[in-house]
Amino acid sequence: MTNPVSLNSASPAPADDAVVDVRDVHYAVDGRAIFSGLNLKARRGRITAVMGPSGTGKTTLLRLITAQVVANSGSVCVLGRDIAQADTEEVYRLRKRMGMLFQNGALLTDLSVFENVAFAVRENTDLPEPLIRRLVLSKLQSVGLRGAAELMPTELSGGMARRVALARAIVMDPEILIYDEPFVGLDPISLGVILRLIKQMNVALGITSVVVSHDVQELATIADDSYLLSGGKVVASGSPKELAASDMEVVHQFMSGEADGPVAFHYPAPDYFDQLLMGEEP
Amino acid sequence: MSNGREENFVVGGIRRMGASFLFLFRLLGQCVPAMGRPSLIIAQIYNAGGRSLIIIMLCGLFVGMVLGLQGFQLLQRFGSEEALGSAAALGLLKELGPVVTALLFAGRAGTALTSEIGLMRATDQLTAMEIMSVDPLRYVAAPRFLGGVIALPLLAAIFSLVGLFGAQLIGVQLMHVDRGAFWSQLQGAVGLGDIWEGLVKSVVFGITCSLIAVHEGYNAAPTAAGVGLATTRTVVASSVMTLLLDYVLTAFFL
Repeated sequence: MTNPVSLNSASPAPADDAVVDVRDVHYAVDGRAIFSGLNLKARRGRITAVMGPSGTGKTTLLRLITAQVVANSGSVCVLGRDIAQADTEEVYRLRKRMGMLFQNGALLTDLSVFENVAFAVRENTDLPEPLIRRLVLSKLQSVGLRGAAELMPTELSGGMARRVALARAIVMDPEILIYDEPFVGLDPISLGVILRLIKQMNVALGITSVVVSHDVQELATIADDSYLLSGGKVVASGSPKELAASDMEVVHQFMSGEADGPVAFHYPAPDYFDQLLMGEEP
Repeated sequence: MSNGREENFVVGGIRRMGASFLFLFRLLGQCVPAMGRPSLIIAQIYNAGGRSLIIIMLCGLFVGMVLGLQGFQLLQRFGSEEALGSAAALGLLKELGPVVTALLFAGRAGTALTSEIGLMRATDQLTAMEIMSVDPLRYVAAPRFLGGVIALPLLAAIFSLVGLFGAQLIGVQLMHVDRGAFWSQLQGAVGLGDIWEGLVKSVVFGITCSLIAVHEGYNAAPTAAGVGLATTRTVVASSVMTLLLDYVLTAFFL
């Protein structure tokens, strides 16, 4: 369990191919270790899936990659720069080369769909208004919501909000696109649309994608590389098919969705019998 | 055990105060670039000020009317009802105007600011801005802070004006104090220094209440309970700080 097992039979990519390079990262919150020796790479132009049971720090990993938090030790290199060494200005410059799709969309509720997508362009560039309009409409067209440009976020369904958030994430033509649980709470049609869009962004725009999710079946259809997190580190990596075929207990439990196994069903507790009959305090 | 709790309370209090000051410095640093976006500030003056106008005017009227009644009762004992104008004006301009406006501002605009920013935090809108290389302090916090700082003195002035009208309504129209004496006494007693004192107080209260509201919202725990707690803290802290600073400023101006 201490050493991650690579299940990838393909030849390893060259080291400089890594757009996101997480090396031996240790990170703790209030004394509780989230990561203890995490190693992970997202390679240029590929879709990297990060999977793992709830509470394994998947979202925290995205916060590390986007420099919202800094690791206690180890390094997180994004686009060739160690973000722990970068000052605020540099972090903001790096973020202009990233896009992120939040789990709930995180659209600015006081702005229309059009203004939400235009927001980053207006704030970060001096582009003339006609050009901004064309840019925003083209991004909305690519997610199929050009007709919803004048709607407010409260008027959108969950799937539509996520597509608008995707248009907003790609409006600055980022090199990396980060998805935080993009499939949660979507109906089958919206889910299919989002899946197709993630693949499209990757193929058509050559964007490196990091997708954090626990939806194994969905990820298997689009991911090039997969990492499985458990216990604060990567326990297995490889293509989704290789993970599915793995005989490692923890990988098997996760991929087949079994309730009990190395990841325990029960939260640590005193003996059930003792607690019920001996009047032990809860 | 109680020592530990007291220590935690003291250390926690000092830590929060330090965090507030650090936040203030960062916020002030972002106020300069935010001033380059007057449309954002004007929108917030409308949100904090314009939307509080009715409640401020209504309360100002009643406070002025009460002042008229009480003042008349008191001054009548000494046979100097004509001094009602000056008493009401000084009370409103120097004390009641800035203080009551600040308390109402904390309850109406301060809570709205805190819950709005807190909900933006809870729904990842502030994080999304950071990821889009937009500093939420500059785009969200600074315009709201500046809007509050500008709106509160304006509201206090309107409060005092409407309050004077209320006092006049009771004193002159109802209690038949001589109209000429009411206004001439007022004109003679109120100097520029009194108006200046009221203005300084309302600016200081504006900075304090807006800072507390923005700070509590910005640092609210991203949960429903967290936003609720932050909103409560805004009202309590703003009210206490307003009354405390009122005493300090009054002593300073004497």
